[in-house]
Amino acid sequence: MNVVFWILAVITVLGGLTAVTLKNTVHCALAVTTAFAGLALLFLQLDAQFAGFAQILVYIGAVAILVVFAILLTRGSETPAEGVFSRTWFAGLLIAAAVFAVLGWAVLHSVAALPNESAAPAVTVLQIGTALMGRYVLPLEIVALLLTAAMLGAVIVAMHEKGEQK
Amino acid sequence: MTPLAGYLLVAALVFAVGLAGALTRRNAILVLIGIELMLNAANLNLVAFWRYSPHPELLTGMMFAVFSIAVAAAEAAVGLGLVISIYRHARTTDLDEMNRMKG
Repeated sequence: MNVVFWILAVITVLGGLTAVTLKNTVHCALAVTTAFAGLALLFLQLDAQFAGFAQILVYIGAVAILVVFAILLTRGSETPAEGVFSRTWFAGLLIAAAVFAVLGWAVLHSVAALPNESAAPAVTVLQIGTALMGRYVLPLEIVALLLTAAMLGAVIVAMHEKGEQK
Repeated sequence: MTPLAGYLLVAALVFAVGLAGALTRRNAILVLIGIELMLNAANLNLVAFWRYSPHPELLTGMMFAVFSIAVAAAEAAVGLGLVISIYRHARTTDLDEMNRMKG
């Protein structure tokens, strides 16, 4: 439990909180990128370098850009007159608080059973590559197929329909 | 508090924030952002359990997180494509106004 962890935790949670509370959607996209960066740094703090850099590449590099594109293409940056929160916001907030209470209670009551400090695992990229090509080759192929299908599907769904008037 | 419990608490907090965002915002894109935050919180749990597991050299938890990141990327692409398609049809991304399955 060092100070770096607490700084990263505060950055991540504050990024998430601002992302769901700000009025301007573009600012929300920026705040959620901060939260993604904090999570990537937490992965690095957990000695999972590969997952951390994958997180930076995929989330900060691709998903954040996609979100900004979607916001600008849909004029979502304009704040609606009736507010940014839905009519049932109070119920949503209540459900989220209840979920956090249950999760926090479960974690705090199982602290004694959780494993304590252990030596940092020495995992090289070579080992990860060998595992991906050996033990995890079937999931890897399925993910490749899924990404291809998702890319085609996203293009088809967002494509202009024929004969649609502007 | 053990380090693992700290990571689990942070993940629970990020999950709750994402859930609150997904349940309370009007804009469909912001709801997707909330869902992404929840997926990321789950990934943080996976990596934290991998780090403090008795056999981290088996790579199970980290591989799960990496595959989960790939699936989340596909989900984001399809979700935002759907939002753009709905916007073109209904001229809004306000979920409170999207109350009909048939345009």
